[in-house]
Amino acid sequence: MGPTIVVDEIRKHYKDVKAVDGVSFVVEEGEFFGILGPNGAGKTTTLEIVEGLRAADSGRVTVFGEQPWPRNQRLLPRIGVQLQASSFFERLTAREQLRTFAALYGVPAARADEMLDVVGLAEKAGTRCEKLSGGQMQRLSIACALVHNPDLVFLDEPTAALDPQARRNLWDLLRDINHRGRTVVLTTHYLDEAETLCDRVAIMDHGRILESGPPAALVRGLDSPTRISIEHGLLPEAAARELSGVERVTDDGVILTLLTREPAGVLAALAERNALRGLEVRGATLEDVFLELTGREYRA
Amino acid sequence: MRGGFAALATAMLRGFVRDRTALFFTILFPLMFLVVFGGIFKDPGTPRAKIAEIGQVALLDQAPPASISKVLDITKEPDRAKALEAVRKGDYAAAVEADGDRLVVHYSAADQVKAGIVQGILGSIVDEANRAGAPPKFTLSAEQVEDASLKPIQYLTPGLLAWAISMGGTFGAALTLVEWRRKKILRRIRLAPVSTFTVVSARVWISILIALAQTGIFVAVASIPFFGLRLSPTWWMTIPMVVCATLAFLSIGLVAGAFTKTGEAASAVANLIVLPMAFLSGAFFPLDNAPSWLKNVASVLPMRHAVLGIQDVMVKGLPWTSVLPEMGILLGFALVVGFLATRLFTWDDV
Repeated sequence: MGPTIVVDEIRKHYKDVKAVDGVSFVVEEGEFFGILGPNGAGKTTTLEIVEGLRAADSGRVTVFGEQPWPRNQRLLPRIGVQLQASSFFERLTAREQLRTFAALYGVPAARADEMLDVVGLAEKAGTRCEKLSGGQMQRLSIACALVHNPDLVFLDEPTAALDPQARRNLWDLLRDINHRGRTVVLTTHYLDEAETLCDRVAIMDHGRILESGPPAALVRGLDSPTRISIEHGLLPEAAARELSGVERVTDDGVILTLLTREPAGVLAALAERNALRGLEVRGATLEDVFLELTGREYRA
Repeated sequence: MRGGFAALATAMLRGFVRDRTALFFTILFPLMFLVVFGGIFKDPGTPRAKIAEIGQVALLDQAPPASISKVLDITKEPDRAKALEAVRKGDYAAAVEADGDRLVVHYSAADQVKAGIVQGILGSIVDEANRAGAPPKFTLSAEQVEDASLKPIQYLTPGLLAWAISMGGTFGAALTLVEWRRKKILRRIRLAPVSTFTVVSARVWISILIALAQTGIFVAVASIPFFGLRLSPTWWMTIPMVVCATLAFLSIGLVAGAFTKTGEAASAVANLIVLPMAFLSGAFFPLDNAPSWLKNVASVLPMRHAVLGIQDVMVKGLPWTSVLPEMGILLGFALVVGFLATRLFTWDDV
């Protein structure tokens, strides 16, 4: 069996907007794949083409070796999709909602109730969807995407607008799904999310993939300096600049920050001077890669 | 897939029953019209015409009081000027005075119908007085062709029921379509292994179910003694009639829902279609006195055929075969407009 998803040079243009402009990637079975990019980068359109909700202007997509467009009834039971907007039937309770989706896939109601438990909504089973909180809605919509046990799951910005607790809980859930052998494709503009969850990410902007690979490899490839920060007043700024390997020093009156590409030597030197109070060491993150690639100007 | 159909139908029914606004507008609102109209037009008798008698009018005083007081309400008015002023103001339909053997009727052009009635009655009194003594050769006996029970409730119920069904069918279909598209439920359903046919037939069944519930409630309320609806022996043909009418109105709703983007726009468009159609189709009042061009316009409207068909079998007691043409027209309309709806249908906003 070949890769789960093969996307080859797909394009989608709306009038003069090139929403997707020659995107190619491959997702292997069991992989957790992330598509990362600022708003309007073309993530959602790409995902919709792969899901079979839209036709590409050109290029080829196969999912499990089949073409998703036009609507492919053989493929539908094998994929689970969580749309960006929580799309629920009006005025149904959480349980009824999930049971309805289960029935659409020919899945028994018991499995729907079980799924409600998995996403931690058993207590909210009798609550109307409209009355759920943002995080609860998000979890319910993921449950709806997973209720038929799909082999491949698409999640479009699943943690957008969630509070930190809800995000962490959702991450655990997603990781768990992936560990059970499901292939997961997710779009996000949260870099920490991509870094913690994804085996591989593709960074997208202006309808193109700028870079792709495992997050750690991308960060390493950036070769950016490590930031070492200590409390202000432990070491004069001038003395800090003298240390070997230090490229730049800033002192804002609270924290003294040193940038270096040889963190081991600098840390040893600081320890020698007994200047380690409030120590923080931060390497480059996916965020640095992202900003490096997509620039810093505001996006719509 | 059977499970899919049942699940979608249940979801739609629950969504409808839990939507107070929809419940109000499809069930309670038309019922309010029935109660109000049924109450207003309960006694259809023509009110007696009020006339003023200026001075002494021997002819009026001599006429048998029982027969006159049935149609005329006579008030003695000694002051001539005051009496005429009252006629001008519309307090009296006419003022009558005797001028020797001449009976003079003063009337106002403002209410010609009443003035005409009064003139007719007084004319017959004069005629009768002229041939006093001679036995009448011809007598007139008026008999209504319908069963004497054809009270206004008998034509109000079919008309208002047709209107109620049209609201339920049109709004239900249009709003479901628009809201489901806007909330991306259509899109989500599209990703599930169910056919478009399943989705549409679930909506059709629910609409029919709602229409039959409306029919049941309407007939039950109209039948209470206060309103006194009497069903004809062929009333059961109302059920297939209602089903056909529902399909026709559903198709209108599907078209309205196909090209509108928001729920508000969909209701506005549905209203724009349903309300004028209800007036033109005689859902609120009979079209018997309407000009012929209006009747011609009405004959192309599905609601006209729904009103007539339901009237024929529910209250007029025509044989069940007599509404088959009406049912055929409604089904044909549903097919044509329904086909148009499938052409206009989109899963997505963009």
